[in-house]
Amino acid sequence: MNLHQEEKAISVQELIQQKKSKSQNKIKSEKIVPVILLLTAIVSVLTTIGIVVTLFVETTTFFSHVSIKEFFTAQKWYPFSETQGSYGILPLISGTLKVALIAAVVAVPIGLAVAIFLSEYASDRTRRVIKPILEVLAGIPTIVYGFFALTFVTPVLREMIPSLQIFNALSPGIVIGIMITPMIASLSEDAMSSVPKVMKEGAYALGATKLEVAIKIVIPAAVSGIVASIVLAISRAIGETMIVAVAGGSTPNLSFDVTSSIQTMTAYIVQVSQGDAGYGTTIYYSIYAVGFTLFIFTLFMNMLAQFISKRFREEY
Amino acid sequence: MSTLVAPKKEAADSIFNDKNLHAKNKVYQTKELNLWYGSNHALKQINLDIYENEVTAIIGPSGCGKSTYIKALNRMIEMVPSVKTSGEIQYRGRNIFDKRYGVEELRTKVGMVFQKPNPFPKSIYENVVYGPRIHGIRDKKVLNQIVEKSLKGAALWDEVKDRLQDNAYGLSGGQQQRLCIARCLAIEPDVILMDEPTSALDPISTLKVEELVQILKKEYSIIIVTHNMQQAARISDRTAFFLNGEVVEFAETDKIFSNPTDKRTEDYITGRFG
Amino acid sequence: MKLINHDQVLKKMSPRKWKNSVFKGLFMFATALALVVLAILLYRIITQGIGYLDWQFLQSLPSRNPEQAGIKTALIGTIWLMGVVAPVTLILGVGTAIYLEEYASKNKFTSLIQINISNLAGVPSIVFGLLGLTVFVRALTLGTSVLAAGLTMSLLVLPIIIVASQEAIRSVPMELREASFGMGANKWQTIVRVVMPAALPGILTGTILALSRAIGETAPLVVLGLPLFLAFLPQSVFDMFTVLPMQIYNWTSRPQEEFHAVAAGGIIVLLIMLIVMNSIAVLIRNKFQKRF
Repeated sequence: MNLHQEEKAISVQELIQQKKSKSQNKIKSEKIVPVILLLTAIVSVLTTIGIVVTLFVETTTFFSHVSIKEFFTAQKWYPFSETQGSYGILPLISGTLKVALIAAVVAVPIGLAVAIFLSEYASDRTRRVIKPILEVLAGIPTIVYGFFALTFVTPVLREMIPSLQIFNALSPGIVIGIMITPMIASLSEDAMSSVPKVMKEGAYALGATKLEVAIKIVIPAAVSGIVASIVLAISRAIGETMIVAVAGGSTPNLSFDVTSSIQTMTAYIVQVSQGDAGYGTTIYYSIYAVGFTLFIFTLFMNMLAQFISKRFREEY
Repeated sequence: MSTLVAPKKEAADSIFNDKNLHAKNKVYQTKELNLWYGSNHALKQINLDIYENEVTAIIGPSGCGKSTYIKALNRMIEMVPSVKTSGEIQYRGRNIFDKRYGVEELRTKVGMVFQKPNPFPKSIYENVVYGPRIHGIRDKKVLNQIVEKSLKGAALWDEVKDRLQDNAYGLSGGQQQRLCIARCLAIEPDVILMDEPTSALDPISTLKVEELVQILKKEYSIIIVTHNMQQAARISDRTAFFLNGEVVEFAETDKIFSNPTDKRTEDYITGRFG
Repeated sequence: MKLINHDQVLKKMSPRKWKNSVFKGLFMFATALALVVLAILLYRIITQGIGYLDWQFLQSLPSRNPEQAGIKTALIGTIWLMGVVAPVTLILGVGTAIYLEEYASKNKFTSLIQINISNLAGVPSIVFGLLGLTVFVRALTLGTSVLAAGLTMSLLVLPIIIVASQEAIRSVPMELREASFGMGANKWQTIVRVVMPAALPGILTGTILALSRAIGETAPLVVLGLPLFLAFLPQSVFDMFTVLPMQIYNWTSRPQEEFHAVAAGGIIVLLIMLIVMNSIAVLIRNKFQKRF
């Protein structure tokens, strides 16, 4: 015990003191580290600023070549014609919305049905099997979906609808719908499973069936999360590029026809990027104007989704 | 070794004045301490002295400020945003709220054991050497000695000496808490703060920790917050009773439990409230 | 008098139950449909592409002749891309997460960064392509190099890794930090020695998911102007290169059926890479789940 005491007298605390006096730079690191970390955090803000400034500056240049009025009201998008070039974005918007609408028609009912099945009917085991599969579906690269649309869905649809062109709005629309289904399913399922159990048990105890509980208790309680998931998914559909670039075609038109070739905003940007529109031409700047329009569309929808889920969040 | 303040201004800052008081050195002197969480006045005019090689128990009903006080002693309380203090806590004669007093320095002298065992998700060995390592001790031989000594000090050595590389999460709750005590001993602190160290443990583990406290007080000064009055009576030399952020009574444990001065202390001890 | 006629209730019970069963069937059908689509997709791609999948396919350069075409340049390009994206996103993403969770006070500026991150996650990938084209390819004159593409992709997947790291850091119990501070460790020591090791599995999972997103993306790289066809390998991060999805896109947009089969072969390789990466992520997640 005596020895023990002596040992203590010379050991740890004194060692600590020795080291302390040697390493005064430790205090410096305490001051520098937060600054460095703040800088990394600012990168994400700079990215947003970069996107907005880039799009804004190049779009301004574009509008020195083409009038704003023409851009928003002209009915034709013919940028590649030397003599009668026309830059009216409406046909591109119409193509984009057409595809997004078809996608929504496919994805909303299926996605919600999957969500209800998983949260209300499925056993734990089933859920544990199906959820990862949906994650796989959500993780497949979009170029793969594009390939699937062009080489499988389009030919199958053409068997059924002979008038369908090789490039059309229907096939990429359906495939985008498949792509966003897992998103609606899993986000809605999250919203539904966070409905408190006691609420559901109250209804079950009165003799309600699962369907009645789902429709009358769970969905009304989770509605903000469900709607937000749909808005987010449609925003994804609007911004989707490769599926429409591969299977949608490159013919901008303002119509309700889903069987003929179309062009979306994203597909136009791809078309120009692949071609050799020289740096500094009107066509070069037009992709920024189109990109800006696309950015505003998706930004609006994302903010809408955030607003819905915040504003109408149920406090349990 | 003792560069301590001479205990001269006693009567002014200590409400109690018994004879043994001068015999022992003061580790902590708390003077007119006030503490606010935002606008909530959590500690009011605290005056309290802690003596060397004693176990000081702090008791009181929940929300009385006892945990706040012990966390003020190593300035852990500053991790809560919007905390404000006035007054002083002197540790070995220096005000710990002094701007020049490095909080890390203070905490190498004042170890803490928490309510719930909180070992790191690392091996038993790594847990014990954590403190020495962060303070720059890398010599493998020294570290091994520290591990053995600390684990022996925490009465855990015999149970774990053959599996020092096992994950600490494999230990039982009581063993985990003793490991946390060993981790705390590894930097050879002067004072050990214990914030309800047995509240998450079963009775047998509690007993082991209590026995350990009795042994540790020979070398360390221990301050223990407990909601368990029997525990305070069993293991402490001195007891402070807190109520609504104030020190109602501070005296030798025997006196507090047998012959309290204040009516409120008596009520609490006899179980009339709290 | 009874207000509720129990016979009546019982009579109505069976149509209610029947309706419940019908809808249950519908919901199950929808779920099965999603699974069937996935099965068809995989089946089609495998049957089309498996014939091309051999050692030679992995080792050959792309060619005009589908029989000789291979994915060597694209496969190696994808690995180069990961080589840039992984360190850049890890540093920026984990740094941001540590700042937000451990250092930032909860003020307007912090919530601005947080909102910004969630909005950035919703920006279409092609818009990142436009940013990269202007900033990295043209302004910084990096051209269509590995570095330009890598930086663009890093910004694109940054929100994924930030959010995952934040969650991982948040799930480290406060008690562990307290224990470390209680021994006199300073903040940075506590973060490096206690928080980071405990949050590592979550951060790794997030990194792998972010990387798998990065190697599957095509649109931003098309906008940057990456070549669809390249017959040499990059020697440094400043060289031109191409990646698997670009190569697949190239083959898919050819009219010849044979090239579609080659594309399917490329897709199989890409999917195998993704499956391997995701399996690792799942393994990490399961191994370290619920430690606290």
